[in-house]
This record gives sequence, structure tokens and C-alpha cells, in this order.
Amino acid sequence: MEQTITQKILARAANRKFVDAGENVWLNVDILLTHDVCGPPTFDIFKEEFGPDAKVWDPEKVVVLPDHYIFTANEHAHRNIDLLRQFAGEQGLPNYYDVGTDRYKGVCHVALAEEGFNLPGTVLFGTDSHTCTSGAFGMFGTGIGNTDAAFILGTGKLWEKVPESMLFTFDGEMPEYLTAKDLILQILGDIGTDGATYRAMEFDGEAVFSLPMEERMTLTNMAIEAGGMNGIIAADSITEAYVRSKTTKPYEIFRSDPGARYHSKYRYNVRELEPVVAQPHSPDNRATVRSVQGTKITKSYIGSCTGGKLEDFMLAAKILKGRKVSVLTNIVPATVKVMQDLECETYQGETLKSIFENAGCSIALPSCAACLGGPADTVGRSVDNDIVVSTTNRNFPGRMGSKHAGVYLSSPLTAAASAVTGKLTDPRDFL
Amino acid sequence: METIIQGKAYVLGKNIDTDQIIPAEHLVYSLSRPEEVKMYGKYALSGVPLPEGGLPEGNVPFVKDGAFESEYSIIVAGPNFGCGSSREHAPFSLKVAGAKAIIAESYARIFYRNCVDGGFVIPYETAEHLNRIVKTGDELKIDIGANTVENLTTETLYKLNPLGDVFSIVKAGGIFAYARQENLMAQG
Ligand code: SF4
Repeated sequence: MEQTITQKILARAANRKFVDAGENVWLNVDILLTHDVCGPPTFDIFKEEFGPDAKVWDPEKVVVLPDHYIFTANEHAHRNIDLLRQFAGEQGLPNYYDVGTDRYKGVCHVALAEEGFNLPGTVLFGTDSHTCTSGAFGMFGTGIGNTDAAFILGTGKLWEKVPESMLFTFDGEMPEYLTAKDLILQILGDIGTDGATYRAMEFDGEAVFSLPMEERMTLTNMAIEAGGMNGIIAADSITEAYVRSKTTKPYEIFRSDPGARYHSKYRYNVRELEPVVAQPHSPDNRATVRSVQGTKITKSYIGSCTGGKLEDFMLAAKILKGRKVSVLTNIVPATVKVMQDLECETYQGETLKSIFENAGCSIALPSCAACLGGPADTVGRSVDNDIVVSTTNRNFPGRMGSKHAGVYLSSPLTAAASAVTGKLTDPRDFL
Repeated sequence: METIIQGKAYVLGKNIDTDQIIPAEHLVYSLSRPEEVKMYGKYALSGVPLPEGGLPEGNVPFVKDGAFESEYSIIVAGPNFGCGSSREHAPFSLKVAGAKAIIAESYARIFYRNCVDGGFVIPYETAEHLNRIVKTGDELKIDIGANTVENLTTETLYKLNPLGDVFSIVKAGGIFAYARQENLMAQG
């Protein structure tokens, strides 16, 4: 029987040859990811259900990356980190990345890739909805709640309904002004925030396979914004080169069979697409940047697992080099590694860090920061009636702080161009 | 498990995301210390813009100022309820506030799983556009065996979609109770 890549990976994890869409199957989990917001309640449930002295099923497979509320004076947030530290200590978890030490990484989905936890063909569950990001590596990754995570901690297993797949093919060669963020916002505008609920979103086509890993991660990252269970891109030589630069662990590459069944198929030519934004207050509220060009903004925010990777800052630097921003512009590297890279990666002979500083941007320490609002003292948090252009992934009311603020989701190119003019601006005006 | 759920309806629109159900700034409270747990009740659905809470009139808070529990126990909403983040704090906060069931046209996957596996609230789906028919404050009666909901205020009966595969988990009261019952995990 022909299967999609998602079916094949789930079949492997269920010790089966074939699984059909719609079946509930029990999966063996390769990695469980958690962070500071959902880790402590997950550990509480684990202890309550398996007993105070219970041990996790496999310490090597539990990855704990605090990232949400890090640089804040909020005591409850600090207590959460203490609880992670305590649990990691009790259980002897080798993959705990403690705050305030040189092991600290930053945003979990980007750190997973950097630390070599993303391996083609594997199954990852995480207590964070953007766990689908890892699907860029030809693996299955999806978000779950604390109860499910606690169940995995004790048993290494979880049930899941095998999703139907939707296929999104992007033909053509990517123009310089277009980014993965524009592609996914395009799809969201077409299918809506529940257009892929309970389904896999599979990305294919020449344009997708021309993208570097970090851009691919932007595509799969926002699968959840369409309600998708997972986003997935089959592994190719670019994936293998990335993975091999991080780890020597074994992996297995799966691809969809030519005759595999899809719920639906969408096809785009990237040459016909334009830079787009998602207008307030929904990620599917798409408009071309041209059509809203000139809308005044009060802030530009370049950060998060969607738009705070090195590749995102390379894009932003193309526009900010030699220019000045005219609104508060927050540069929030997703991870410590990205922050370090800003100091050594260059664009036209100047380091990214120096480009951003000379442009007048404010560079923050790596964490989720204002992507999800966070405690009142969080860097970049929106206040009052802010109008923000942001490379993050959600613009629901209040997501970045103030309930009265409006957030336009965009590519790093558009966020940088708009930062310069103080108005929503098509990056083609600068390229 | 109860077979009848009766209570007042609280009506919402579509795409109610988890930031509206429990805004991120409150996630720092403990989910196990009673004095902090009640904060989840206090702030349940506090992120819903006021005019969109308690339809059709709107401007009805789910939990009154100063209270920790809601007078409404059945939430009625449009499609894509619970979209957004994976925070289990969302169905948890609804439960703490006193909600027993939700009737929506559809759910986001993670929220739905959390409701079921955590045994917090029962997530019913319906093909009817109930959030345009039912009014906040109407008295509803859900018959779990019959998969129906009756609006006692207007004396009308509506069908709910059967819970299907997940009914056994809902009935057991969550994934742990279910797994013990089915011998899927070592006894803790
Ligand atoms: S950066 Fe934003 S979307 Fe990504 S994990 Fe952090 S809070 Fe979630």
C-alpha cells in the first residue's frame, strides 16, 4: 500500500508496515521535549500518576529547554526554572539546558535543531504547539499537553490518530524578495486557521528544496497556525549535511510514495507570489504588503522560533545595512548560538550585530521574549495601542502583550523594510 | 461518570484561541497548589475581548470580577475552539472555573486532546450552529448517552456528534485512568 511520509514514519514508530489515515495507533516516542511553562506541571502529573520515586522511561530521550520566561523578575517564572532544575537533577537528565549556565540555549525548537536532536524518520512530541517545526527534518513532530507528556515520561508511548495529508507544492526559483514566511502566510490565507486541523501539511517542490534548513523550519513551524498536526519536508542532501554537522546518531530517510493518498493538493509558482502580511488579529488574515503599504507602525520585532534564526537576521541585514530604523526595533535572537553568530556572520563585510547596532536596533538576550507577551517586564512586549510588524507566528488579541495592540505578521525582509520607514513597506522598495 | 450535564450556557464566537482562554501572563501560577490553582478559575476566558464574551449581547464576563468560579457550566462556541498554544492550562482553567462541557463546531487538535486525556471538560462537537441559536444564560441539558443537548429555556433538542474513539477515555476520566483500566501502563 502506498503511504505518505507521515504515514511511513508513524508506521515505523508503531512497529507496523502500514498505517492508514484515521487509525488510532500507539507510538514509540523518540524524543520528548518540554520547557519552563509546561515542564513543571508535566513533572507534577508524572509523579502523581507513577509515584514520587518513579523514573522517566529513558533519560536520554527527554530534552528540557527553558526558553519562555527567562529574563524577567517575576518570581513565579523563576520558581518554574527551579522546578525544572530539581527534576532534571533527581532524574539525572543529561539533556537539561539550565538557565544562567553556559548550557543555556534559548528557544527550544531552534535549539533542538542546533543540538542534533532532529533526526529524519523519528517521532518527537513536545509540550509546545510549535513542536511541528522539527518536521523540516523529514521527521514527525507535534505538540501535546502536560497530561500526554507525563504519560510519555512514564511509558515512552502515546496514542495518536494517523493524519490525512495535504500536499503543498511550490514550483519555480525563489525570487530574492520572497521568503519561507511569505509562502506559509500565503497558504494560511488560502486555507484558514483551521484549514489543516488534524492533518499533516507536506511541503514539496523545487522552491522548497532550494531553501536552507532554517527557512524550511519557518514553513513547518507555522503548520499549527492552520491547525495542522505536523508539517513535514522530506530529508534531502541539505538536511543530511545539516544533521551530520551536529550529530553522528543514526537516522532513516522516508519519502512519500508516488501513489500516496492526499486529502488535497495545492500548487503554487513562487514567481507569481508577493510579500504578504497577516493583518490583526489572525494569522490567516492575509494581505499583500503592497495593499496595506503605508500603514503606520510603532514597533518592529524580529525574533522567535519563526523569525529569530540566523537566516532571518541575514535577510533583515540585507535591508538594514547602512540604513536607520525609525521605530523601536527589537532584535531577539532565538538562541545563544544565533546571538554568537550575529557577531561573526557578515553581510557585505560588516557583522550582523554591527549592522543592527548602526541601524539603531535594540538587541535582546535569546528567549521567547515578547513572542507570547510574557510577564510585564518582558523585552519588546506590546503596550497600549501599539501597531507591531513582527516576524513571529501569532497575532491573536493580546498575544504579544496588550489586548489593544495590532500585530502584522511578516517576513524578516518586510519587518526590516517597515522598521526603516515606520510604515508597512514592501521589501522590493529596498532590494 | 455523570450521564447528564445541566447548567447555564456561555456563548462565544469562532477561533477562540488559548491566549483568550487563559492569557500567557497567568501561566506562571502553579497547577497543583490550591491557593494558586484558583487563579486559573479567576482568569478563565479573561482574554476574550469583552464585547465578544457572552453572546449574543456580549460584554458578559465568564467569571465575575472578584470571583474565582463561573456561574456558567456549558460553553457554546463556533468552529476551531482552542486553537493556538498547547497549554493544558487552557482546559484546566475552564474546569477550575466550573465548566463541565464545551459544545463547539470544531476544535483545534491539541486542545481537544488535552480536554480528553486530562479529563477536564467534555469537548462535544455539533454540526448545528448552536452559538448563533443559544443565548448566554439559557439552561442546557446534555444527555451523554443519547448525544443530545436540550435547551430547556426554549424547549428545543439538538444532536451532538458522538465522541467516537475517545469516548472510552472520556468515560474513564482521562488517559491515565483509561490506561490503567486497559493495562497499558505499569501500576503507579
Ligand atoms: S518563540 Fe514564540 S512561538 Fe516559539 S516557542 Fe517561544 S513562545 Fe512559542
